[in-house]
Amino acid sequence: MKLPWKFLLPAFAFAILVGFFIVGLRQDPGAIPSPLLGKPAPEFSLESLGDPSWKVGSADFAGRPWLLNVWATWCVGCREEHEALLAIARENRLPIMGLNWRDDRALALRWLAQLGNPYVSVAYDPEGRTAIDWGVYGAPETFLIGADGAVLRKHIGPLTAEIWERDFLPLLPPAAEEG
Amino acid sequence: MIPELGHFALILALLLSIAQCFFSLNGAARGNAAWMAAGRSAVVGQFVFVALAFGALTWAFVDRDFSVLYVATNSNSQLPLFYRVAAVWGAHEGSLLLWSLCLAGWTLAVAAFSKSLEAPFQSRVLGILGLISIGFQLFMLMTSNPFERLVPRASEGLDLNPLLQDFALAVHPPILYLGYVGFAVAFAFACATLLEGRLDAAWARWTRPWTLAAWLFLTIGIALGSWWAYYELGWGGWWFWDPVENASFMPWLAGTALIHSLAVTEKRGLFKSWTLLLAVSAFSLSLLGTFLVRSGVLISVHAFATDPARGVFILAFLTAVIGGALLLFAWRAPRLKSAAGFEPTSRESFLLFNNAFLVAALGLILLGTLYPLFMDALELGKISVGPPYFELVFLVPMLPLLALLGVGMNAAWKRGFLGSVRNRLYLAGALAVIGSLLVGGAAYGEIRPMTTLGFALALWVMISSLSIPLARLRARQPIPGAVLGMVIAHFGVGLATLGITGVQSFKIEKDVALAVGDGADVAGYDFRLAALRDLRGPNFIAVEADVVVSRDGRPVTTLHPQKRLYDSGGNPMTEAGIEVGAARDLFAALGDDLGQGRWSLRLQYKPLIRYVWLGALLIALGGGIAALDRRYRERATVRAGAASASVAPGSR
Repeated sequence: MKLPWKFLLPAFAFAILVGFFIVGLRQDPGAIPSPLLGKPAPEFSLESLGDPSWKVGSADFAGRPWLLNVWATWCVGCREEHEALLAIARENRLPIMGLNWRDDRALALRWLAQLGNPYVSVAYDPEGRTAIDWGVYGAPETFLIGADGAVLRKHIGPLTAEIWERDFLPLLPPAAEEG
Repeated sequence: MIPELGHFALILALLLSIAQCFFSLNGAARGNAAWMAAGRSAVVGQFVFVALAFGALTWAFVDRDFSVLYVATNSNSQLPLFYRVAAVWGAHEGSLLLWSLCLAGWTLAVAAFSKSLEAPFQSRVLGILGLISIGFQLFMLMTSNPFERLVPRASEGLDLNPLLQDFALAVHPPILYLGYVGFAVAFAFACATLLEGRLDAAWARWTRPWTLAAWLFLTIGIALGSWWAYYELGWGGWWFWDPVENASFMPWLAGTALIHSLAVTEKRGLFKSWTLLLAVSAFSLSLLGTFLVRSGVLISVHAFATDPARGVFILAFLTAVIGGALLLFAWRAPRLKSAAGFEPTSRESFLLFNNAFLVAALGLILLGTLYPLFMDALELGKISVGPPYFELVFLVPMLPLLALLGVGMNAAWKRGFLGSVRNRLYLAGALAVIGSLLVGGAAYGEIRPMTTLGFALALWVMISSLSIPLARLRARQPIPGAVLGMVIAHFGVGLATLGITGVQSFKIEKDVALAVGDGADVAGYDFRLAALRDLRGPNFIAVEADVVVSRDGRPVTTLHPQKRLYDSGGNPMTEAGIEVGAARDLFAALGDDLGQGRWSLRLQYKPLIRYVWLGALLIALGGGIAALDRRYRERATVRAGAASASVAPGSR
């Protein structure tokens, strides 16, 4: 039988499209290159979420790797990644600092009381000035900062256990050194 | 308990969808009347249980049941009742449930209102619709269950995204989905036809009212979204060529091409395989839109919920449904023969041009929307395609389309032009050019080439549309619903063109910093910031400004733009203050508090912008009137194998 080439064209075009979608899906939507990668982490010193008289800043964990997680109570993705953050905190490999972004202090504290607190400390950034320095354009975003103070990794979107193991853990020094 | 009942109802709905699909398709294949009847009963059952599931979720929202994860993430106790109900479809899981409800509703309508179809054909249509239901219900139950519990329960919910706490956006999704999902009916009709391997005039006559109904909902949905963006996003723009807007616009373009090519297939038995391909494409583009929005393949401001696992499921489903339909098309469509010929100035050839231009615009918009994805996949870097591209590729096919529209509408089927029609069109063309120069010159004091062209095309389309009922009235001929609908819809196209040309040519936007008492001049209007006050809404606090607008010392209006901060936190929301007028809108939006009592304000003068949406509403109204035309309801004439009727010039 002679193949109906003309009539197969739409199906071919669609097959090519599906091919691109598969490639597109495999790509990590969080892997948007950040100009910060490899550069020293931007410095900041902000009020602590829990205690306005207390200052929290980028120098708090100098000399060891740490994680900065940008979150807000209005952000659905932050609710999604909360379990993953709690699990990372339980591993006790490195301290997590929260950057509470464009949020309300009372709501944020209520959120932590309800869902559990994975953060060693939380910086309060209601105006979003520090977030701008860090190139944040949506929440959640998570940054890994190395012992030398350089940004090693940036993830956009909810963090999951797989992403943590695949993209973040290999960048950390072996667990023994930490213990 | 209620959420568990909802979950259970959803599972039963899935089982009934499977039954609907199985019994309908197999019953039709074997000619088993009892199985086909069982398929129809399953349709009713499926609708009842999807409606129950939807009702259960709505109840959970109304009852503020924060032990349901979806309710806790998308509402809170301060949220007014209206938005608690609208919050049902405020995020991913609930919008899928709404999708499913719309599909079940359309399926029920097909089962109820197409008794005149031959039983096996109707069963095949219901079976294919059942297949689509299965996909969506499985998707919900496997990856996006709206009834998932939150343990321990939250004492307070987060909030519905404040951007969505607005009337237009609350009703926008249901209407848009009725349109998206409505194309599933045309899709199912096309697939059933391909399965049976024959297509006659009666097929096109059955498909037309369903397609028109879906298309009119999509038209209203898109217009609502555009209107919302205009007053809520604070930029005063009305179309952004955002991937999600494109995702709704592409099925609309395909649907528009489809309703035109269906006319040719019904009246003249031509373009058969092309019409089928368009019917498949319109729904495929609706599904593609869902995929693009929900999977995060394209990053967009609309992508509230992005999750690769969901993306994989939708992609598999998409491949099965669209790929299957296209392969079916490749297999069966070559057997469909179009026998008749037509003259170059007959209505058929104008409708052929219509389809060519619409599909060209569709293809170029699709290319632009997916281009970033192609570049990224080929590792050529991350880029984004902006409005200048889309405006150009949309404008270029639209200009000849509008120019030919007036002629095509007046042309006769099969034969070339009649002399009397020719004279009528010369008159309409002359009036349009003179009118355009008058509008541009007298009203705006400026004659620019593109503006003059835009106004001339708009007037040309409007005048040549109106000439049809006028000629009919003079000849004492009746005006059937289909003709009236066509005239109104095309008049709407002209009106929308008028609005777009006016606002794009003569809009004035100014960003100013004002303290109380200061003013600024925009297009001869004096905007003065008279007062600022704090307001308390049901679940937000706001700063409201009084902006007094006057012209030549005479007061025109006072605008009340607001900047809202919702109790649940998040970015401040802008509510623009707008004075609506037939000739122009006056628009003020509050920007940022600059300190020392000064605020930044965006002031705008938007001429003719109302006609963009008024035109869209007329387009939808015309579609509705055409869908209700008597001949679609005359059962006696709707029999398979009926030859295409002979047609008088100008009728549709």
